[in-house]
Amino acid sequence: MLDASEGYTTEDGRKIGGVVMEMKNITLRFGGVVAIKDISFDIREGEIRAIIGPNGAGKSSMLNVISGFYNPQDGQVFYKGALRPQMKPYQVARQGIARTFQNIALFDGMSVLDNIMTGRIRQMDAGIFAQAIWKGKAEREEVENRETVEKIIDFLEIQHIRKTPVGRLPYGLKKRVELARALAAEPSILLLDEPMAGMNVEEKEDMSRFILDVNDEFGTTIALIEHDMGVVMDLSDRVVVMDYGKKIGDGTPDEVRNNQAVIDAYLGVAHD
Amino acid sequence: MVQSSQAAEGLASIPALLQRNATQYASKMAYREKEYGIWQCWTWAETEKEIEALALGFINLGIKEGDFVAVIGRNRPHFYWSMVAAQSVGAIPVPLYQDSAAEEMAYVMDHCGARFAIVEDQEQVDKLIDIQDDLHQFEHMIYVDPRGLRKYDHHKLHTFTGVQEQGRAAYWEFIEDLRERREKLTYDSVCVMLYTSGTTGKPKGVVLSNRNIIEASKSSAEFDNLNKDDEVLAYLPMAWVGDFIFSIGQAYWTGFCVNCPESADTMQTDLREIGPTYYFAPPRVFETQLTNVMIRMEDAGRFKKWLFHHFMEHARKVGPAILDGKAVGGWDRLKYSLGNLLVYGPLKDTLGFGNVRVGYTAGEAIGPEIFEFYRSLGINLKQLYGQTEASVFITVQPDGEVRNDTVGVPAPGVEIRIDERGEVFYRSPGTFEYYYKNEESTKSTKDPEGWVATGDAGFFEEGSGHLRIIDRAKDVGKMADGRMFAPKYVENKLKFFPNILEAVVFGNQREQCTAFINIDLTAVGNWAERNNIGYASYQELAGHPRVLETVKEHVEEVNRSLSDDPMLAHCQVHRFLVLHKELDADDGEMTRTRKVRRGVIAEKFEDLLGALYDGSDEIFTTTEVTYEDGRKGSISATLKIIDAEVVPVEAPGKVAAE
Repeated sequence: MLDASEGYTTEDGRKIGGVVMEMKNITLRFGGVVAIKDISFDIREGEIRAIIGPNGAGKSSMLNVISGFYNPQDGQVFYKGALRPQMKPYQVARQGIARTFQNIALFDGMSVLDNIMTGRIRQMDAGIFAQAIWKGKAEREEVENRETVEKIIDFLEIQHIRKTPVGRLPYGLKKRVELARALAAEPSILLLDEPMAGMNVEEKEDMSRFILDVNDEFGTTIALIEHDMGVVMDLSDRVVVMDYGKKIGDGTPDEVRNNQAVIDAYLGVAHD
Repeated sequence: MVQSSQAAEGLASIPALLQRNATQYASKMAYREKEYGIWQCWTWAETEKEIEALALGFINLGIKEGDFVAVIGRNRPHFYWSMVAAQSVGAIPVPLYQDSAAEEMAYVMDHCGARFAIVEDQEQVDKLIDIQDDLHQFEHMIYVDPRGLRKYDHHKLHTFTGVQEQGRAAYWEFIEDLRERREKLTYDSVCVMLYTSGTTGKPKGVVLSNRNIIEASKSSAEFDNLNKDDEVLAYLPMAWVGDFIFSIGQAYWTGFCVNCPESADTMQTDLREIGPTYYFAPPRVFETQLTNVMIRMEDAGRFKKWLFHHFMEHARKVGPAILDGKAVGGWDRLKYSLGNLLVYGPLKDTLGFGNVRVGYTAGEAIGPEIFEFYRSLGINLKQLYGQTEASVFITVQPDGEVRNDTVGVPAPGVEIRIDERGEVFYRSPGTFEYYYKNEESTKSTKDPEGWVATGDAGFFEEGSGHLRIIDRAKDVGKMADGRMFAPKYVENKLKFFPNILEAVVFGNQREQCTAFINIDLTAVGNWAERNNIGYASYQELAGHPRVLETVKEHVEEVNRSLSDDPMLAHCQVHRFLVLHKELDADDGEMTRTRKVRRGVIAEKFEDLLGALYDGSDEIFTTTEVTYEDGRKGSISATLKIIDAEVVPVEAPGKVAAE
């Protein structure tokens, strides 16, 4: 297979870099339940990496392991070439991995703009007193960060809802706001948990375009979980397929599509 | 800065006006655009530099004098600069509707033979790439928004800023050339070519000279005392002559500031932030806003509702008179100013009309009640009657003589005559030069003496001297018994109801009138929500018995009001149906400026039209629809046909009622 240090070039001419994150023999248990069983795979810089599988296959758990929120009982995670130790939640937040959630986790009462600004929290370090009187450093920081946030708003075409409270937005737009907030953190890896769940065809197309544009424009590495096979196959460079906590396939969308184990587990045999 | 010789002589071109503004109004705002949440500003001096850099870049790319340059995008300073930069190098800008389908664009691009196009984003680039194989002369494309275009082949694709940078880099190489080309422009040079929306047949390229544009802008600006301190919001399609006159002609003549909204969806917010002093909108925009106000008032508390309705009633009574400076009693005035404090002022502010000094509506007749509503609030909304071929202005309403049923008196410098068939003709300095590559149409529209046929039927009202337009001359027909049939008049009456978005009335050569109706999804949807009526689609809502009942009431009310007008009482609507789809420009049922194409509709829905006249109660139909991305599909439905009550009218020799 591929060499960890070298990249490859995709069909459409994008340069994919070396391995940025590597999962080695990960096993995750909740009491007696084994959510993830001895899984290994890697994520390369600049690629769109999908994790698919039927309900309960352990996809979201896997995403939580990648983000560092869950600590696997066995196995190691290498991030940017180094073994990642067990982390406290604030350390998780600081490592440069941002995510969106399957069940939108925004602040309903706050405006879209304020929600996205919360994504910039890592870039603000003015003291509490300066923040309170909004002078000097606090003001400067706010202006700088607002600028970044406005570029993201422009990028995701949500100018018209800038001042709207999130609670009043339809589902598709909320998903887009969540993506905006994750982007505001300028992450090195962006994790998307079912970005298209519950969307109609048009919203899915929009979201796909935004994901591709984010990857293209900012070169962000993206790992996503998705149910919709069509979307996954179109979007991603490489796909990991999980079933009952095990990895049953890994490769390009074409390789995965023709993998018999995958066809049986996911595409062919109806079991959900 | 070097003043061109013409600017000193007589300001004979838009680039010459730019040179003047850059010195005379150097530090005054020329353009604003909301971008990244902030209003980005350019003064006239900065604008001149931007345009110069772009023009130099154009020369660098090889744009020659006489070339056509297509401009495709929503209202942004970049595209206005592109047009003036194109003029500066002696090329002719051709703005196109950015929402046109690829084939429509292909026709126009091929017809004018554009070698260059300046486009907004990936969407437009993709469209042009799709059609470019059929366009032999087409060479280079310049885009403003680079998103998603990184991987495209950039041999013939350039970024807007890149072209400007190259222009700046090659300053000394091309500046002399640019000056020479700019100074060659005269009053007779072509200023712009605009394609008419094509209510009938293929679009025609209307060639307008500097004389047309500058003369029309000059006299209209004087008419309304427009000056350099005015503010406009540019949001109407750039391919439309009105936008060219307001945002380029008048803006460059008077030096006022053109504000561009952040995106199409934020127009309402941006309008409010800018508070324009000079505002133009087609009736539809006013209609939509009024509908929104009414919907929101329905949801308001009881006290607010009472307050609103109480003061609006008073405003309707005295507002227009106060606006016209007529005598109004002291008590009424006092009450009106109280209303202004409590209702009108805040409402105008919310609508973004707080500062409007001059407002115009044109394009179609505006419902009298809509017109009165805005006037009663104290907004100086007036009507004008115009055409692309006239550089907009044919007639305008002077301050103090504003009425909803006329379109005003001839604009300064415009002569009007009406032929024996009732068709309106005009002649003015703004009258277009010719239709590009279409001598035949030029001849049939404009006679050797310069009179242009408008295609509209109308008459001058005795006493006031105002022109009254009844309908399109070709639409005005005769009923089977020989009496006048004026469909648009009836349609406009129907469309005043917030629930009715569009109406198409038939009756030419027939015994009685019938109508197709489109409901307004916003208004009716809100009503459905409040009444716990569930619906999944436009089609389902349009077929709901209670919706049909409401529409029936509206039709009957129109019939009652028509029966009061002896000229048109026989045009009452006897039967109607509510269409299962919204009329759409993508399906060819409307023009891009949203005027109904009666002929196309009658042909496409032939079966439905038949059912209106054969007495059946319902009909099953299947219709092909085109989605925004150009794919086609079909929808089918069973439509109810409803008989509306008509008021019996005595007619010569015959009773028109059932």
